[in-house]
Amino acid sequence: MKKLLSVLPLLTVVIGIHLLTSATDTMYYLTQMTMSAYYALLIIGLCVLMGYAGQISLGHAGFFAIGGYLSAALTTHSLIPYQDTAIVSFLDSAGILLAGHDLYGEALLVVSPWIACLVAVCTAAIIAVIIGIPVLKLKGHYLAMATLGFGIIIYRVALALEYFGEADGISEVPAFVLFTGLSVSGNLGDRVQNYYIAWGLLLIGMVLLLNLIDSRVGRALRGIHGSDEAANAMGVNTSRFKLQTFVLSAVFAAVAGVFLTHYNGGIGPSEAGVMKSVRYVAIVAVGGMAHLWGALLMGIILNFLSLRGVFGSYDDAVFGLILIVIMLFAPNGILSLNIRHRLKQYFRRGKEDREGGA
Amino acid sequence: MTTELFIQYLMAGITYGSIYAIVAIGFNIIYNTTGIINFAQGEFVMFGGMIAISLLQFMPLPLAIASSVAITMLIGALIEICFIRWLKSPSVLRMIIITIGISILSREVAVHIWGESIRSLPYFVGNEISSVAILGARVSPQVFWVVAASAVMVVCLGIFFKATSVGREMRACASNRKAATLCGINAQNMVTLSFVLSAGIGALAGCVMSPITYSQYDMGTGLAIKGFTVAILGGLGSSGGAVAAGLLLGILEAFSVSVVPLAFQDAISIAILLTILFVRPQGLFGSKEAAGLSEF
Repeated sequence: MKKLLSVLPLLTVVIGIHLLTSATDTMYYLTQMTMSAYYALLIIGLCVLMGYAGQISLGHAGFFAIGGYLSAALTTHSLIPYQDTAIVSFLDSAGILLAGHDLYGEALLVVSPWIACLVAVCTAAIIAVIIGIPVLKLKGHYLAMATLGFGIIIYRVALALEYFGEADGISEVPAFVLFTGLSVSGNLGDRVQNYYIAWGLLLIGMVLLLNLIDSRVGRALRGIHGSDEAANAMGVNTSRFKLQTFVLSAVFAAVAGVFLTHYNGGIGPSEAGVMKSVRYVAIVAVGGMAHLWGALLMGIILNFLSLRGVFGSYDDAVFGLILIVIMLFAPNGILSLNIRHRLKQYFRRGKEDREGGA
Repeated sequence: MTTELFIQYLMAGITYGSIYAIVAIGFNIIYNTTGIINFAQGEFVMFGGMIAISLLQFMPLPLAIASSVAITMLIGALIEICFIRWLKSPSVLRMIIITIGISILSREVAVHIWGESIRSLPYFVGNEISSVAILGARVSPQVFWVVAASAVMVVCLGIFFKATSVGREMRACASNRKAATLCGINAQNMVTLSFVLSAGIGALAGCVMSPITYSQYDMGTGLAIKGFTVAILGGLGSSGGAVAAGLLLGILEAFSVSVVPLAFQDAISIAILLTILFVRPQGLFGSKEAAGLSEF
């Protein structure tokens, strides 16, 4: 309950932004705010994995892509040519498939978005378990390279398979109708409701994670981060907790992928790229590794600026520079810099110098 | 498979394999002195090739290559002095993220200087169509340059580390930094030197491979992954292992083309990397204890 209250200010900010943009006639900002919220969903998941469990992952764009690509492919590719096969007719009779018409009036038979979403997220979770069991035994450089390698394999697969559209990706992904009247789509008329869907999802995710890190699991995770061996010796099942967190963060990434893909109406291989994974790590690092609110804040701000095109062609360079500067000067995140304290110290020292000199 | 085809694949494998081995040795040199895996290692190779291509407009090929290697060494030194030197016992996670940041930044600098176009140095001898016949297979003369340059680098490094006093000082720092410092060795300078060395051999590899594989601003990441695979496969820190593992990976990759589509070629070496990490993280040639000890 207290956790619910702690996100109330955020809720007011969310509503405030909506009112502000509608008052100043800048509603187009809501589009980027929606997309930033989905990216932030991935980032808070990664934050728990990196900051609390202490496991780096350079492959989270891979999980995002698994979610997005699977959901897009299932809801977009028509099953009409396979209509007569046993599996498709079984799925059809089970009510999993959705009939419709495409732009040119041809009959379409696709998997319904809810089922596709479920399949995509479950697949991501299963892959996370399969990858996680061996990968999380590794440490340091080995873990970084292994997750990086996983990300590249997903990228290569997306790029090589015709089913996933190769270099073009998948476009014309249909809207994701959550309930009648509430759908995730890029239609201009649905902009406000999509803004609230995205932020609602982010708030739910935030409450979940805040509860998690304040529970037994969270304390165990911090123990693991502090010292793997010590936590183990205290009877914490370290490998199980690490795996659970890994899968949880993969699920967050996959959900973000599913929703953002439906919102954008498409997904391309660049979403699976290494640079995306590195960017997520950069944002978590800026926000402060073990600092969910910092990760959320930075996730929104940096993604929003990047999506608005503020950095221009220096987009990747900015994130690279941010990574280096933050890691060199403030390894605990930008919010850990107690600027007022530092300034006070600086001035006090200056005063002492002057007094000493006189 | 005919003998000619076999030789053809084998030579392609050896060419790529020797490049991977050089990148892996670059990883090893820095790892040995600092315990850091430099994720920006692939970018040294890229810089080597790109700078030489630009310098070629003003000077003959050998001079362009030599200057390019020298400039890349300077870049390596600057990176170490600016970003690594003044950190006091940083955590591994922090170093990983910093070197990744350096790699991104180098790539972005490269794309803003040279653009996204694919470039290449001219063939050192002959041109694209000249070839040498070996047992019926046709092999480009550049292949011999690559293999020879790699072999010379490995031998020279071996001599440097075994016979010269600076090389011995570097090895001393690698095996016990504190003890080396107590003996009057400036450990920090040795770390700078290791960055200079690995930037230099990376740049030279980038130059000799450029006519065959071409140079592009984003070639670094792929090379870094392959190089790391080789370094792990051969046992982190061992240069002999790196050469053997490099050739093994190169040949495996070359022959895999005849079985799986080209688009999956990268996925194969990464799958090998993951398998090795899961099954035998100390590498094919290293024992568990040897993985802890780092001797060049």
